[in-house]
Amino acid sequence: MTSARPKIDFDAKIPNNVDLASDRKLQRALERWQPNFLDWWGDMGPAVDTKDVYLRTAVDVGREGWAHFDHVPMNEYRWGVFLSEHDPDRKIAFGEHKGEPVWQEVPGEYRADLQRLIVIQGDTEPASVEQQRFLGATAPSLYDMRNLFQVNVEEGRHLWAMVYLLHAYFGRAGREEADQLLARNSGSDESPRILGAFNEETPDWLSFYMFTYFTDRDGKYQLGTLKESGFDPLSRTCEFMLKEEAHHMFVGTTGIDRVVTRTAQLMNEHDSEDVAGAGGIPLDMIQKYINFHYTVSLDLFGNESSTNAANYFTAGLKGRWQEERRKDDHVLTDDAGAVDAVREGRITTTEVPALLALNQDLRSEYMGDCSNGLKRWNRILEKHGIDRRLSLPHVGFNRHVGAFSDAHITPEGRVVSEAEWKAQESRWLPTEVDKTHVRGLMHPVLEPGKIASWIAPPNNGINDKPVDYEYVHFN
Amino acid sequence: MLDKGRTTTVTVLDEAPATAQVPAPQEPQVDFDTDPSRYRHWRYEVEGETAWVYLDVAEDGGLVPGYELKLNSYDLGVDIELYDLTQRLRFSHPEVRSVVLTSGKDSNFCAGANIRMLAQSSHSWKVNFCKFTNETRNGIEDMTAHSGQTWVAALNGTAAGGGYEMALACETILLVNDRSSAVALPEVPLLGVLPGTGGLTRVTDKRHVRKDRADIFATKSEGFQGPKAVEWKLVDETVSRKQWDATVRERAAEAAASSSRPTGATGIALPPLQREVTEDAIRYPNVRCEIDRDARTATITVLGPEAGTVPESLERIHALGADFWPLAMTRELDDLILRLRTNELEIGTWLVKTRGSIEGALAFERVIAEHSASDWLVNEIRHYFKRTLKRLDVTSRSLIALIEPGSCFAGALLELALACDRQYMLEGTFEDADEEQDPAQLVLTASNFGAFPMGNGLTRLQSRFWGDDETLAALEPGTRLTGAQAEEAGLVTDAPDDIDYEDEIRILLEERASLSPDALTGMEANHRFVGPETMETRIFGRLTAWQNWIFIRPNASGAEGALRRYGTGRKADFDRKRV
Repeated sequence: MTSARPKIDFDAKIPNNVDLASDRKLQRALERWQPNFLDWWGDMGPAVDTKDVYLRTAVDVGREGWAHFDHVPMNEYRWGVFLSEHDPDRKIAFGEHKGEPVWQEVPGEYRADLQRLIVIQGDTEPASVEQQRFLGATAPSLYDMRNLFQVNVEEGRHLWAMVYLLHAYFGRAGREEADQLLARNSGSDESPRILGAFNEETPDWLSFYMFTYFTDRDGKYQLGTLKESGFDPLSRTCEFMLKEEAHHMFVGTTGIDRVVTRTAQLMNEHDSEDVAGAGGIPLDMIQKYINFHYTVSLDLFGNESSTNAANYFTAGLKGRWQEERRKDDHVLTDDAGAVDAVREGRITTTEVPALLALNQDLRSEYMGDCSNGLKRWNRILEKHGIDRRLSLPHVGFNRHVGAFSDAHITPEGRVVSEAEWKAQESRWLPTEVDKTHVRGLMHPVLEPGKIASWIAPPNNGINDKPVDYEYVHFN
Repeated sequence: MLDKGRTTTVTVLDEAPATAQVPAPQEPQVDFDTDPSRYRHWRYEVEGETAWVYLDVAEDGGLVPGYELKLNSYDLGVDIELYDLTQRLRFSHPEVRSVVLTSGKDSNFCAGANIRMLAQSSHSWKVNFCKFTNETRNGIEDMTAHSGQTWVAALNGTAAGGGYEMALACETILLVNDRSSAVALPEVPLLGVLPGTGGLTRVTDKRHVRKDRADIFATKSEGFQGPKAVEWKLVDETVSRKQWDATVRERAAEAAASSSRPTGATGIALPPLQREVTEDAIRYPNVRCEIDRDARTATITVLGPEAGTVPESLERIHALGADFWPLAMTRELDDLILRLRTNELEIGTWLVKTRGSIEGALAFERVIAEHSASDWLVNEIRHYFKRTLKRLDVTSRSLIALIEPGSCFAGALLELALACDRQYMLEGTFEDADEEQDPAQLVLTASNFGAFPMGNGLTRLQSRFWGDDETLAALEPGTRLTGAQAEEAGLVTDAPDDIDYEDEIRILLEERASLSPDALTGMEANHRFVGPETMETRIFGRLTAWQNWIFIRPNASGAEGALRRYGTGRKADFDRKRV
């Protein structure tokens, strides 16, 4: 296998490794879009007034180091277009085009579907920046504030990645869609983001960690399936985005680590589960936030049985998680799969053609991945000598999309009546009282090295810097 | 809270689990009776001069098992309710001057006809479904044109396929501008069939979209959002969410302002029809149908009014309401046509008769003529009979009028005979009749010269004598003709006397029953619509005929065709030859 390493042009107005300089038309189009993006960032990006932030900037796509760290003013962040390395021998790995060389241009036949996939993915990237716009004002430490902004600028870069594809490969319709990505806004009455979950505000930092752990992880799985795409530019774009996405999930994982650690400390100090009065977040509440964010993210995978997912697979547009490592024919026309179903008040499964079961397949992969976090957090509890354990609720709990959406299922997986479910809802999902308590803890801590009462400090700083490093400078 | 999965797309027509592998369930006998208390898919609220009509389809409310009506997609059951709803707005709500058609769902307006339903349906079911939905869309346009109830489509989400076609039947189309919602006709690119409920036709003929743009629109599965849709004339206006409610109200009020409907009028109730159904007969108070399954014929007899029962005043007509003979008879005939068309596929020839007093029929005729211009109810009844005649015109059965002693083919009822493919009239009387008879007569009235135009915009007489102005000019309102005279005037096919009549008819029917039903359907449809094309004839002729051809082609309905493959995740395998 040969591998071509695309040259990075970091001095260009738009940093890139796609040889933008030689494509004047595309360059002009993107340069026209750039000021709109900056306006959007100014209007909808982080609301905290900072001088500069210690950020990592993508400068390469290679294995031996791809990022550069420095203090940069956020609006001067070098958002660029980076595709992972090009493999000239790459073949389509699945569907009816299996074995054919990957496409370097959009096949006309799949223009509409590919454009739609990219628009839906692209719409989520700026959405999360908008959702998190006001969080910086209540950051529990400069370290956390920096992490938030790192996530934000990289979501911005992911938007660039999708916009590049729309501009480069989808003609005028693509350019119009690129404009719409900035015109829709999270939570807007006028023109909301496409997916419901991305119109919810992220009101507090516990929600932010949960979002980066659970909802960004959905993003990871979606990107993972697009990385398999027969449309090579999309595949290479997503492969590189996944590298950045890993940090977002790190923020979520370690964020929840630290909340659990602090809660455990407070429990031991006060010899009580009720650490709310001591300025902590009780385990019950953490469990409720897990229940909410996990189930909302499960909904993002769509219906258990999906025609669209099947069509995308057959066409070679969107594969399965780790498609090439799977040991089957990668065509799936003769296979069957079981999808969740609720029949006569019982949770069961229905057999459908395997092609239609791809959403459930991806969701199962995701669920397995999510459970790793629970193991971590429970180890922390164990280390502190606490018997209580956190857990993931049953897949059917609190679902609004798919087979479980009409049923009422407890976190333990019992089908109950609507009345019974409603009666216990406040034990399972965050109540107004819980949310008020968590919001009440959100006070900014802006002194380097200091940390809010409800969360433990991180074990390490960023890029080998100390924890008390001045990650953010203010005006 | 979350309301959409990540795989939701604008253009998908339906996202139900695949059951295409399962053999299609037995198609049921269809009943067209319903009323607002039984609606599962629609609701309407009358607010002042405007009726707000909400499409809110129950997913588990399909007429046939095997599919879920996701994304506000529809099947025949949904459309039966829509038809009922239009009739109630016309007759029971004279105060309504504009109608807003919108979606009761948050997520979209309507995804069109349910694809799994189409995929699992037999050819005849699809064709009957399309015909009925087309008639209802035409009826909506007729309401705007003649009933003073103007329809405004308020697309509060994406309208795809049949959803957009429903909007096209409205006078004005508004589309919300939320940077996601679109109008689209994705049938060609996604399903390998046509937007067959008037979509292709109305885009060019009604909205005057240029043909090259229409071509792009009908092959672009995701369609266009508000601003572009306005620029291309696919919708009239696109409105932000903030301005939406106010603007829709404004447009509804403007539409109401130009209405001819009276103020302060009281509607009439449309109670359930009295219908007795046996193995081989369907009987209503004013319409009878006897089925001869061996001969594959149905004899439909419309019973005229009794002489002397004509109401003396307009007040009395309103008091009678649904019992007023012209309305009662039309409702029954309409129901009968629908039931026979849908449930009696092998009954290929309908014999159309009338029985009653000619003077009685003429008396009613005069009342209608006198008030139809000034009274909303009488006007409605006239247009209802017009639409029912149009149903006959597009019915794929051989229609034979038998004009015999005791019949009352006068004026409006004569249109029934003129709608038929052939007319046989007995000259003289039946010699061995039990009672004494007067010879049959045909009576021409003003009704035959413009009150009940066909879909081609011509009267049935103009269609009959297309290009023969001389014969047409010789006909005058008020003329009464016996068999020989009617034959001479060209109004009947043949007028045999008692000696030949029964044999003629028997041989005709036996011969007819031996011919190919498909060829007959095509031949009759060609003969019935002469002369100019209108949007209606283009929908029933061009669009429907092409659609029905496409439906039976392997590229659509073969095991590897687009319609059958839809929802399996596998792509259609086309025969690439253009034919």
